[in-house]
Amino acid sequence: MTELSAWLAATSASEWAASNLWVVPLFQSIHILGVAVVLTSMLMLDLRLLGVTGGRYTIAWLAAQFLPWMWWWMLIMLTTGVVMILSDPVRALTNPLFQLKMLLLAVVLTITLVSSKVLRAFAGTWDETPNPPFRARLVGLVSLVMWVAIVVAGRFIAYV
Amino acid sequence: MGSSFFEWLESSRLGTLIAEDPWLFPAIESVHVIALSLVVGSILMVDLRLLSVALRQRDVVELSNDVLPWTWMAFALALISGSALFVSSATSYAQNPAMQLKFVLLALAGINMVIFNLVTRRSIESWRSAPKPPRAAVAAGALSLTFWIGVIFAGRWVGFV
Repeated sequence: MTELSAWLAATSASEWAASNLWVVPLFQSIHILGVAVVLTSMLMLDLRLLGVTGGRYTIAWLAAQFLPWMWWWMLIMLTTGVVMILSDPVRALTNPLFQLKMLLLAVVLTITLVSSKVLRAFAGTWDETPNPPFRARLVGLVSLVMWVAIVVAGRFIAYV
Repeated sequence: MGSSFFEWLESSRLGTLIAEDPWLFPAIESVHVIALSLVVGSILMVDLRLLSVALRQRDVVELSNDVLPWTWMAFALALISGSALFVSSATSYAQNPAMQLKFVLLALAGINMVIFNLVTRRSIESWRSAPKPPRAAVAAGALSLTFWIGVIFAGRWVGFV
C-alpha cells in the first residue's frame, strides 16, 4: 500500500490535485452531493425493507426506482474519491478509516447486489406486503447501518 | 450583530466543549453530514419530479406527503448539529464568506419553498398527476435544486476559506 501511494504521489495527476487549491473542495462537494443522493436512495429502500414506511409501493418497485441512482452515482463517487486520494495518496490510502470505509463499501455493495437478485426472484410475492419477512428486514437494517457507518468513517478520515 | 454576541456564543460551555474535544466536533459534523444529505436528497426527489427528470409516474402531492416529513426531521437535525458546530467558532464562522453565502442560499431556498406552497400549489389538483408540471412549478424545482446544491458547496467551502 505504501509503495502504491508513493507511486501515485509522484504522478502529475497527484501534483495537479494537490497544488490547485480549488480541486479538493470542488470534488469533495460533488462527493457530498453524491452522499445525499446515495444515502437518501438507500434510506428509502431500506425503510421499506424494514416495514417502517408504508406498503403503498412494492419493494421491487422502490428498488427499481432507487437502485439505479445508487449504482450510477457510485461511478461519480469513485471518480471524486480518486481525485481526493490523488491530492494526498500516502495519507489517504494508509489511513485506517479510509480502509474501513472501503471494506464496508465492498460489503454493502455485495449485499445489495445479492439482495437485488433475490428480490427479482421473489417479486410479486412477499414484496407487496407492508410487513416484509425477517430476512428482508435484516437486510434493510444491516444496509442502513452500514451506509451510515460509511459516511461517518468518511468524515473521520480527515481527523485520524 | 455585534461581535460580542458571537464571542459570547464561542465562550459558552457548549462552544468551548466542542472546540476543545478532539472527537466531539467530527462526531457532530458526521451527524450534520447525514442530516444535510437527507434534507437535500429528499428535496431533490421532489425537485426532479417537478422537472420531469425522475419519478414521473408518481403523483406530486403523494410524493411530497411521503417525503416531506423526512425532510423536516432531517432539517431539524441539521439545524441542531449545525448550530452546535457554529457555536464552537462563532466569531470566525460569522465572518466567513462561505458561511454567509450558505445562509443566504438557505434563505433563498426557504423563500422559494414558501412561494411554491402559497402560490404555485394552489392549482396542484389540475397537474399533480401530469408528467410535466406547469412552468412555475418547473421553475420552483430548478431554483430549489440550484439553491440546495449551492448550500452543499458553500458549506464545504467553509472549511477552506
